[in-house]
Amino acid sequence: MSWEVVIGLEIHTQLATKSKIFSGASTAYGAEPNTQACLVDLGYPGVLPVLNKEVVHMAAMFGLAVNATVAPRSVFARKNYFYPDLPKGYQISQYELPIVERGELFITDAAGNEKRIGITRAHLEEDAGKSIHEGLDKSSGIDLNRAGTPLLEIVSEPDIRSAKEAVAYMRKIHTIVRYLGISDGNMQEGSFRCDANVSVRPKGQEAFGTRAEIKNLNSFRFVEKAINFEVERQIELIEDGGEVVQETRLYDSDKDETRSMRSKEEANDYRYFPDPDLLPVEIAADFIESVRAELPELPDAKQQRFVEEYEIKKDDAAILTISRQVAAYFEEVAGATDANAQLVANWVVGELSGALNKDGLEIGDSKVSATELAGLLTRIHDNTISGKIAKQVFEAMWAGDGSADEVIEAQGLKQITDSSAIEAVVDKVIEANPGQVAEYKAGKDKLIGFFVGQVMKETQGQANPGQVNQILKAKLSG
Amino acid sequence: MALHTMTMAELTAGLESGDFTSVDVTRSLLDRIAKHDAQLNALITVTGDAALAAAAQADADRAAGNAGMLNGLPVIHKDIFCTRGVKTSCGSKMLDNFVSPYDATVVERMAAAGAVVLGKANMDEFAMGSSNETSFYGPVQNPWDLECSPGGSSGGSAASVAARFAPAATATDTGGSIRQPAALTNTVGIKPTYGRVSRYGMIAFASSLDQAGTITRTAEDAARVLGVMAGFDERDSTSVDVPVPDYLGEIGESIKGLRVGIVRQHFDEGLDADCAVKVKEAIAVLESLGATTVEVDLPNIDLSVPTYYVVAPAECSSNLSRFDGVRFGHRAENAEDLFDLYCRSRGEGFGDEVKRRIMTGAYVLSAGYYDAYYLKAQQVRQLIADDFRKAFADVDVIAGPTTPTPAFRLGDKVDDPITMYLNDIYTIGANLAGLPAISVPCGFVNDLPIGLHLVGTHFAESTLLRCAHQYQQETDWHMACPEDFA
Repeated sequence: MSWEVVIGLEIHTQLATKSKIFSGASTAYGAEPNTQACLVDLGYPGVLPVLNKEVVHMAAMFGLAVNATVAPRSVFARKNYFYPDLPKGYQISQYELPIVERGELFITDAAGNEKRIGITRAHLEEDAGKSIHEGLDKSSGIDLNRAGTPLLEIVSEPDIRSAKEAVAYMRKIHTIVRYLGISDGNMQEGSFRCDANVSVRPKGQEAFGTRAEIKNLNSFRFVEKAINFEVERQIELIEDGGEVVQETRLYDSDKDETRSMRSKEEANDYRYFPDPDLLPVEIAADFIESVRAELPELPDAKQQRFVEEYEIKKDDAAILTISRQVAAYFEEVAGATDANAQLVANWVVGELSGALNKDGLEIGDSKVSATELAGLLTRIHDNTISGKIAKQVFEAMWAGDGSADEVIEAQGLKQITDSSAIEAVVDKVIEANPGQVAEYKAGKDKLIGFFVGQVMKETQGQANPGQVNQILKAKLSG
Repeated sequence: MALHTMTMAELTAGLESGDFTSVDVTRSLLDRIAKHDAQLNALITVTGDAALAAAAQADADRAAGNAGMLNGLPVIHKDIFCTRGVKTSCGSKMLDNFVSPYDATVVERMAAAGAVVLGKANMDEFAMGSSNETSFYGPVQNPWDLECSPGGSSGGSAASVAARFAPAATATDTGGSIRQPAALTNTVGIKPTYGRVSRYGMIAFASSLDQAGTITRTAEDAARVLGVMAGFDERDSTSVDVPVPDYLGEIGESIKGLRVGIVRQHFDEGLDADCAVKVKEAIAVLESLGATTVEVDLPNIDLSVPTYYVVAPAECSSNLSRFDGVRFGHRAENAEDLFDLYCRSRGEGFGDEVKRRIMTGAYVLSAGYYDAYYLKAQQVRQLIADDFRKAFADVDVIAGPTTPTPAFRLGDKVDDPITMYLNDIYTIGANLAGLPAISVPCGFVNDLPIGLHLVGTHFAESTLLRCAHQYQQETDWHMACPEDFA
């Protein structure tokens, strides 16, 4: 039987506020346990939550960015359950009336077509703390630094049909929240993670199969692997005559498998009800318009503009628009040089990205600034150096040896464009390789590459390759 | 005149003219508490040293010309208000070991105005009760009859003020917990509009109903203290940013022309006949002062008690989840695992009434019952609020009895929760609608005091205080002092 996979994702994005969603404590990552938890975060008797207005602003930005409705009135609710990392015994979240509803975004599916993924809702909530088991004997510790960190939970429609699509969707959300500056998207630190609802059904069947929810996936790779494992598990189970049970599962990345965590029967009754300590969030239409006005250019629009305005390849435009910083870098270089924009794109996507990756740097920390790279590309454009020499110059620039011109000057890398100088070298090469010359003349045209190579070797790569080619051909046919 | 018999107004005059110091007053009242509280059990904690230090500071402030509104005046805080460095038990074993690391806004504002805190008042556990019998620290006795309950949950606050331990005490009211004990102890109790006083630092029972107020012997003193307590607090999202009027300044204005609404249902069966007579006499006094009476209808008011007993338990079941034995409060020893730790810590730390309400609340919020109970109760709550809104189109205040009977005997109702709950039948409506209300002494039935209940529109505290004050100018019920505590 042929199966269809149905996936919906719940993405938890940590919002990049300085302080927590309902208290003034800092949200900075990595502090000593419990040093960033105030009385409100600790759920002390008598304390009350006060909404950090910035989270409303951020959620509204997200809503507008995914073409959703930003609710004029949304309500915080309490999700009640007991757990040591949940100080109040309830999590403040949004339930019946979320702040964002009915959005969408577009991904590219396996066939290369644009595909719409619906976004059911996005709601604000507070994160819990975490339990610590390592290094403690017969007891568990609790670190409440993370308790009260603002999260935006983004829930997709079950429109996703493969693990690859799930990753594409998640990446798209990741790009959007970083564009908006509402999340750092740092997956190692847990700022961006997701739960995947996975089910399978026979192709053509309308009704959904029973789903399993895989919790807490914190990398794109794990999302893909966990879903693939789960899909296979479910198909095998059904084909062997079994039934999928509705349950929560955990992905074990070491063993690359998902394991049952708790079944539907064991699921909590969260006894949601509106939080009486917080007023409904009322958002006026003019606030929404002011947020709309300040929205940055979003990845899809930017990508399209790059293709149209700079006439670069769509694939390159996609990579260059992966973050606002990369896009800005590209535009700064392109604006500062007469070199062809595709050449700029090639360099940013190629040499520069490679160097950044190698050193583990973000583009903001690049050792070669946009202006400096523009300087280098200008020298390719005006034939001062060849593309090949340029790579050598770039390496020196990356190592801190100065600007392109300084490196070219210091290392004497200026391209030889003087025809008589090139002719002299060509003559020397022809003289030194009589055998090859004879073969070439006998019709072995491919040997031209050998001669070019020899000339370039003699000139340490500084001869203008076009001229070398031209002169060689003229002389060899003479 | 003995210092303990004086109101805040009288004490302020004496302090100002140098007849005595705050240290004198504080010492005198602390002595009185030491001597008499064994009979009443009104206080859980007495903060004598801190009180004397605060009194000395108050005297110094006054000498330096920096006397605040409550300078040197002794007060007692209900043990529901967090007080830094002092045990804040909320009447529960659960918090018997809890020393608050911070001050509630109410505590902070009163301290800033120069108040001297003598101690923390006994109360029903987590403010759940109408007789003070649910307290882990034992019931409070009514100074008017030691066999009787002073009412609850603010029974310790009311008994303290009635017994002249302090001229004023803070209290809280979720369904009548200020007004009912005030009525049963011959004191003035005001529950302000929901949002008028910050709830920050006041341990939550039912967040949408809880409101802090005062118990005093005169409306004038209530005006003084409320003026300090009230006002917007950015730490409480439900506190309202409306300017605080000059309650004390407006209290002397006449009530001529005031339209007083009388709710027919409030005088139906259920109200003790003698109480009805006294309340009607009190209303006649208001008329003699120029007020007019109008009959008003609150068609859904009979639903207020059942509505309350869905909404309040629902909220409390969630509010009390934080008492889990993990970070503060009572923790069971030798728990086998996490679940056992929760069950035993909560099982040991909470008393029966609290458990009953948590169970009820969890039930009405659970899947499958939410719509039938919680949601329905919220709808009825809205109807009741609408009834009040319509009634206040024609009247300025609604007058009636605070309680159906005078104080009942300790032990009489403790095993019958429903009868106990009906004690709040006249007071709960104001909580559901978020309205301000006051109880003022209006006479005695079988030698036990009862109260006149006045409800106003949102933020009409000034009208209520003025009405009560004018009434107290005409009557002397509030001057009566229980014999054993004269």
